[in-house]
Amino acid sequence: MLQIVLTLAIFVILVIPIGRYMYHIATNQKTFADAVFNPIDKFVYKVCGIKGEDMSWKRYAMSLLMANGVMVLVGYLILRLQGLLFLNPNGIGGMEESLSFNTIISFMTNTNLQHYSGESGLSYASQMCVIIFMMFTSAASGYAACMAFCRGLAGKKLGNFYSDMVRITTRILIPGAFIIGLILVSQGTPQTLESNLTVQTIEGKYQDIAMGPVAALESIKHLGTNGGGFFGANSTTPFENPTVISNIVEMISMMILPGACVVTFGLMLHDKKKEKAAKKNRISGPVIGRQGAVVFGAMAIIFLIGLTICFNAEKAGNPVIADMGINQDMGSMEGKEVRFGIDQSSLFTTVTTSFTTGTVNNMHDTLTPLGGMVPMLHMMLNCVFGGKGVGLMNMIMYVILAVFICGLMVGRTPEYLNKKIEGKEMKLVAIVILIHPLLILGFSALAVSTQAGLAGVTNPEFHGLSQVLYEYASSAANNGSGFEGLADNSMFWNITTGLAMFFGRYIAIVAQLAIAGSMLKKKPVNESVGTLRTDNVTFMIILVFIVYIFAALTFFPALALGPIAEHLSLWM
Amino acid sequence: MKTFMKMFKTAFIFCIVMMIICSFVYPMALTGVSQTAMKAKANGSLIDKNGNLTTDKEEAVGSELLGQDFTEDYFFKGRVSSVNYNTYTQEQLKQGEYSGVSSGSFNYGNSNPDLEARIQEDLDEFLASHPGVSAEDVPADLLTASGSGLDPHISPKAAQIQIPAVAEHSGLSEEEVSQIVEDNTEHKVLGVFGEDRVNVLKCNLAIAEAMGML
Repeated sequence: MLQIVLTLAIFVILVIPIGRYMYHIATNQKTFADAVFNPIDKFVYKVCGIKGEDMSWKRYAMSLLMANGVMVLVGYLILRLQGLLFLNPNGIGGMEESLSFNTIISFMTNTNLQHYSGESGLSYASQMCVIIFMMFTSAASGYAACMAFCRGLAGKKLGNFYSDMVRITTRILIPGAFIIGLILVSQGTPQTLESNLTVQTIEGKYQDIAMGPVAALESIKHLGTNGGGFFGANSTTPFENPTVISNIVEMISMMILPGACVVTFGLMLHDKKKEKAAKKNRISGPVIGRQGAVVFGAMAIIFLIGLTICFNAEKAGNPVIADMGINQDMGSMEGKEVRFGIDQSSLFTTVTTSFTTGTVNNMHDTLTPLGGMVPMLHMMLNCVFGGKGVGLMNMIMYVILAVFICGLMVGRTPEYLNKKIEGKEMKLVAIVILIHPLLILGFSALAVSTQAGLAGVTNPEFHGLSQVLYEYASSAANNGSGFEGLADNSMFWNITTGLAMFFGRYIAIVAQLAIAGSMLKKKPVNESVGTLRTDNVTFMIILVFIVYIFAALTFFPALALGPIAEHLSLWM
Repeated sequence: MKTFMKMFKTAFIFCIVMMIICSFVYPMALTGVSQTAMKAKANGSLIDKNGNLTTDKEEAVGSELLGQDFTEDYFFKGRVSSVNYNTYTQEQLKQGEYSGVSSGSFNYGNSNPDLEARIQEDLDEFLASHPGVSAEDVPADLLTASGSGLDPHISPKAAQIQIPAVAEHSGLSEEEVSQIVEDNTEHKVLGVFGEDRVNVLKCNLAIAEAMGML
């Protein structure tokens, strides 16, 4: 218990300075590292012909789609041809079509759902030129969109997509990934280009040991909230996650940038206010900014509620095993690693699904029913910090919704950040909030009503439905973890999850950029006594309720048939 | 159309430049530094028969980070593995029982009858081969499958209940075996983070050495 609290404390201490650094980068201000990075950025701009002009929201969205589209094309070709390319010491053949389609969408959308197994499915060239490459660029794309969105809300110009991408990659992702990579190697994560090897054991048997440039992938996998493992079992494997220190480093690195996004957002909104405040001559140094603090607080409350449920469910163990007389003091250890135990496992599970990374340090299929419901629920909410950038944008959708509902209740035109919320914005918000359950529940219904879908389900009864729900929740939320028992490398599953990932990512991002563009164009209105304040504790609590009520209304029936029914059948 | 081609061109050049930076410069730099500064760890933490880190593949008997499948009754048993720790004999390889290197778990849900059946079978077998041990003494980690199928550790309690049987079959005294377990127990970091655990491979290397096998 104490180690959970301490780990979260480290996160809170680190998130403020990192958030400030990111704020400086997002607003093009001076940082201590400019001397190193300015020449690099200038060189990249020159080669690519990037002029850095400000873009309209449409231009910004188009550039994002175009850049991502080209990367998908190049990546798809590499996967199909990997058998013929360089850096393939383990002699792995080209990837099949529907699996390549799924894999490339999966990595471009920051999902990292894996229907292949890294040890046997990818050459080192693919791991580097497709997987690691997309881990950087998909994270940077999401984060760039979020920065443009925040600038729009803060009443600034949206900026230039390409220069955002470059600055994020060179100033945040690469240095961060390099340092984290070195820490991971120091704990025992391999970083080599040599082939797998076979050793003879002291019993005279043989053991195959899978190797590769694991640390390079592992660090950006967490830092970019990507989540796709080098090996099939992801961060449960000792090589990806050797010690409790690597476990904590991996957790912090996946929490830090989504958390810092909220701080950046808070500071961006604050500096507009600060200008006004400065005129009145009472300046205070903001830590995170009140608007940011409210959003951060609401996310933290939902996160902690989920963590508590997950931890207690896992700690209680499995009653079926208890009935055999086996001691359950350690909790439910099926699918978990001894070095992590219940504390580090349940924390990791909640973190990876709240921050929608999708890396796992235990097998989620074997979680207790309620312990497995929490990750599922957090992916369905998709706004509990969320993936790089997009989580914050999703939460702002709920903020606008909360403002709108409260506005209706008191009979005033709803306002957020001194801008009126009108029909156009609400329609876009509704699209973002509705597309998510539509993808999850619609595809789940399709899967359980077709032979091709049911063929993948490997657990009986209620848990079988949970496997299906989890897979689509993970796809639509661009998370990428799975109830891995699902036999998901088939035409049906590759295509349907591919579509869920694609629409889950791009419809939301385009609609959100449109909201930012539309808010930016509006004239600010003056605050009055009747204005609903969005920077206090009351609003924070309203926000938490709005999120839960909408999720409960939408997803409760499905959850009741899956994890809740399984829980009752085990314990009653 | 002209703007489209222009946007495509920018996107394409950008893609190539980013690929050079992210897929070559970054991983190669990390490989270079790791291989220079932390060679043993960057190559899989291989250990020789004395349990020391080595970079010599010929001398390696395993990795200190990976568990192995042990069948001899004078060795400690690790956790249940769905991939049998990627350990195999030549016969198994010929008969196609080993399908190549992988990782993972059985992925049985808590309510899956196959889970109950597997644990019950292992429990009966364990109790039969470890007289004096009752089901209540068995800690949860010993008969449940690890997530990776490669877990190198068991809990100290899971090692404790195996000590009498290991001592009997190896001919070592229970004190000697207890000492070996203690020597290979890793503790919580700073007394807080993680769990106490016993490295099975290292224990068994020490036992083999004490028995004069190596």
